[in-house]
Amino acid sequence: MFPTIHRDVVCTFCGCLCDDLEVTVEGGRIRGVDNACELGAHKFTTEGRLKAPIRRRGGVWGEETYTAAIERAAEILLDADRPLLYGWSGTCGEAQSVGVQLAEILGGVIDATTSVCHGTSILAIQEVGHPGCTLGQVKNRADVILYWGCNPIEAHPRHMSRYTTYTDGFFLGNSHRDRTVIVVDIRRTDTAQVADEFIKIKPGGDYAVLSALRAMVRGKDDMIPPTVSGVSRQQLRRVAAICKSAQYGALFFGMGLTQTGGKYKNIRNAIELVDELNRHTKFTLTPMRGHFNVYGFNEVCTWMTGYPFAVDFSRGIAWYNPGETSAVDLLARRECDACLVVASDPAAHLPRSAVAHLADIPLVQLDPYPNATTAFAEIQIPVAVTGIDAEGTAYRMDGVPIRTRKILDLGYPDDRTVLQQMLERIREAKGR
Amino acid sequence: MTELLIRNACVIDPINGIRGETMDILIRDARIVESVSGRAEVIDAAGCLTLPGGIDSHTHICGTKVNFGRYMMPEDMRAGRTARQGGMHATSGYSVPTTFGNSYRYSAMGYTTVLEGAMAPLEARHTHEEFSATPLQDTMANTLFDGNWAVMEAVKENDVKRAAAIVGWTLSAVKGFAIKLTNPGGTEAWGWGKNVECIHDPVPHFEVSPIEIVTALVRANELLHLPHSVHLHCNRLGVPGNAWCTVDTFRHIPDLNPERQSLYATHVQFHAYGGSSWKDICSRADLVARAVNDRPQIVMDMGQVMFGKTTTMTADGPMEFNLYRLHHNKWSNHDVELETGSGIIPVYYSRKSTVNCVMWAVGLELALLTRSPWQCLLATDNPNGAPFVKYPEIIGLLMSRKYRDAELATLHPEAERRIALPAIDRELDWNEIAVMTRAGQAKALGLLPLGKGHLGPGAAADLAIYPVRIGEIDPSAEYRRVIEGFRQTLYTVKRGRVVSREGRVVVEGDNSTIWVKPRISEEYDMGRDPEFAKKFARYYTVRMGNYPVQEAYIRRSICIETEAEL
Repeated sequence: MFPTIHRDVVCTFCGCLCDDLEVTVEGGRIRGVDNACELGAHKFTTEGRLKAPIRRRGGVWGEETYTAAIERAAEILLDADRPLLYGWSGTCGEAQSVGVQLAEILGGVIDATTSVCHGTSILAIQEVGHPGCTLGQVKNRADVILYWGCNPIEAHPRHMSRYTTYTDGFFLGNSHRDRTVIVVDIRRTDTAQVADEFIKIKPGGDYAVLSALRAMVRGKDDMIPPTVSGVSRQQLRRVAAICKSAQYGALFFGMGLTQTGGKYKNIRNAIELVDELNRHTKFTLTPMRGHFNVYGFNEVCTWMTGYPFAVDFSRGIAWYNPGETSAVDLLARRECDACLVVASDPAAHLPRSAVAHLADIPLVQLDPYPNATTAFAEIQIPVAVTGIDAEGTAYRMDGVPIRTRKILDLGYPDDRTVLQQMLERIREAKGR
Repeated sequence: MTELLIRNACVIDPINGIRGETMDILIRDARIVESVSGRAEVIDAAGCLTLPGGIDSHTHICGTKVNFGRYMMPEDMRAGRTARQGGMHATSGYSVPTTFGNSYRYSAMGYTTVLEGAMAPLEARHTHEEFSATPLQDTMANTLFDGNWAVMEAVKENDVKRAAAIVGWTLSAVKGFAIKLTNPGGTEAWGWGKNVECIHDPVPHFEVSPIEIVTALVRANELLHLPHSVHLHCNRLGVPGNAWCTVDTFRHIPDLNPERQSLYATHVQFHAYGGSSWKDICSRADLVARAVNDRPQIVMDMGQVMFGKTTTMTADGPMEFNLYRLHHNKWSNHDVELETGSGIIPVYYSRKSTVNCVMWAVGLELALLTRSPWQCLLATDNPNGAPFVKYPEIIGLLMSRKYRDAELATLHPEAERRIALPAIDRELDWNEIAVMTRAGQAKALGLLPLGKGHLGPGAAADLAIYPVRIGEIDPSAEYRRVIEGFRQTLYTVKRGRVVSREGRVVVEGDNSTIWVKPRISEEYDMGRDPEFAKKFARYYTVRMGNYPVQEAYIRRSICIETEAEL
């Protein structure tokens, strides 16, 4: 059999959603992946999927049919008074949409991994807005790039070569020389090594440094002390001047800013710095989203419920109050009595107290692969991988929606199909 | 075969010259017919005002910036919540409701077709995804070309055919409906934090002026034989003294199509100001209305402002930033590579603000000073001027001088000296309202061939039955009854099925998306043009192969194919 080469394949690893991969398929298996970074290529070549749904009875795993597994999953959700539907970042929008409908009919809570990554960014955006753009604006125009609290070389390996530092743009013929790269972090990361300017701040010092820069952009640098969170006034002055004199500046930020002390207030400060810079030049800000479709969940959930994450339907209406309705809080309060986990691994990422409760309640997992959460699950239903053996919509970190491809057919149902079947059973049970 | 018989309806159907006749309407398989069998379902509409389904030719209900409006404003979401009920999903939001919220509320008001006013081609997939969750209206999307690099390069070369080819390829690729220009040239300038002043300013780096973009695309539009005309949001939105810029734009528009206008100017209220600053802003609706009265090639919509809270959202990024600097609440901006930009801010239109009072009056003046209702359609640029749920109040204002006077008495006293509204006696009649809210909209959008906007045999069976008895109401005096009557239909019928009854949705709905596909010769097929492909590959961040919106996103597709002269 001859190999088939699929071009312009979309990588469903991180929020970059690179769509220029070349994937070679031969004999129903992926033999090669070109253009992808190491993380993306690994996703395409990972093996070890479950063959069929598994269910644990009395501590022993056994295989189930899809019909029986879906039936049991629906029962678990129907029996619950306060079900939590969590995850969603590693699947397509079409599946997320069914997830929201499930939460609505069950009167449950739906939340995504957003609430432990860029949920804080959303809270800040809800206070002050978001001056942003698509990544091509940065590629074609930006002569100043700031990476704050993120390390794209390791986490988003093609970000700099596809969208920023190392790519030529319409107005930038010689990208690397024409752009100034500034990295702000608490340690000298690989990204910091390639920066023109590295601002090393003391842990927890982001808010103060952002405030100092804002003051300087406003022309009030005489009030800044000699050092701010370990950064010299001299360096801050230099950086403020670079930003103000940029033709076009782009600030990217990651969990180093969203999840440190100050949390959403840090982001609010960053947005207000960008806002201030827009009075002098053009400046934009973009969160470095992690999972390939975490932003997609925010979009889908918003157009369906009005809110981007942490939505509680127990009152019949969509109720949103992060801190009350977000997954970690709900689990830590031991409030929910069943959980459906889709396309994520909360056991590996949530705080211990939250994970402890997950272990105590009936849990259904939809995921192509077993992971740490599987250890707590009553049922795991293996599904197709969006972007490999299922297609669907994903939203890039800048909000550009892309249709992911299906390049293989391994016979697994996709998330949307399984969830839709669950929804049908629940609708029947509820008589609507 | 589904059949429906609506008995004794009081019908106004301007396209067919029916002005309040009592008649039966017969429907079979989603079309209006001349006879039905005895098995038809019967609705008794005795004496109730029955109109073709409402059409909104310019609204913002779906897509990236609409959704970002929701995303950034939980306070707006809390302002309008309904619980899941029967087949109805829970809804949230007042000025930017959820997709279901928009769809249910429009349907309750008798609207069956809506046009999303601005879709960035690169992000078109998002608009179509939201359309699929807007079940009760047929939808279509204006597609933004205001800052399109390839178009501007063609215009610079004075190559209208190439500009048309680029537009045609893009519309087909993104399943768009019409050419939208928002502050042409200005959104590209905003890529550098700048703007253009008016229609003769050069666009930075591209050596074209806004009016060159507009006139080239007006001609390109006709080469492509698109159903709708160019849909223009003029330059200088919201700036005192901009009426001259608007009129100057109108002066340059040729009359190219005998069937419909050559230019649709949207939310003209925002473009009809006199004065030189916020201190002396005044209405120049007279100037703009006169320009429209003199030119059959122009149709506009009011862009009426109503007092209260709302959200502004537009592809006009620089305008939103300037507005933000006045309001200091919150601001979002989203520029789209090679194509366009956008901005969103919340606003509160206050009766205590002279400027807001002038804005309120300008929209009404435009509608009352434009002689033909076919040339000034009713819209608020939802939600920019006001949420669409305010339409019944606007109808009341247009039909009743008494209502206007009552409202004028509550305005900032300074406002009265800057507007002409107190001197205008005209009161529109039922027929004119029907033109401004459906027949005129269908004609302007080029939807008459699809059977939209009228109730003659063969028409699409989209209609609205209101609890309004026009013979018993004097709209001039009893405007409250008019407003209440238009707030909620007794029945809204879409494709021959009752979709909502007294505001409650009774079926899941199954909307169609209307889009255009001009057939273009191989020579002008941009999909095969090496220069176009090369630039696409170099400057966009998605591959050309991943750019087109797949058919999978269109729930029910109504594709209008045209023969382009290319």
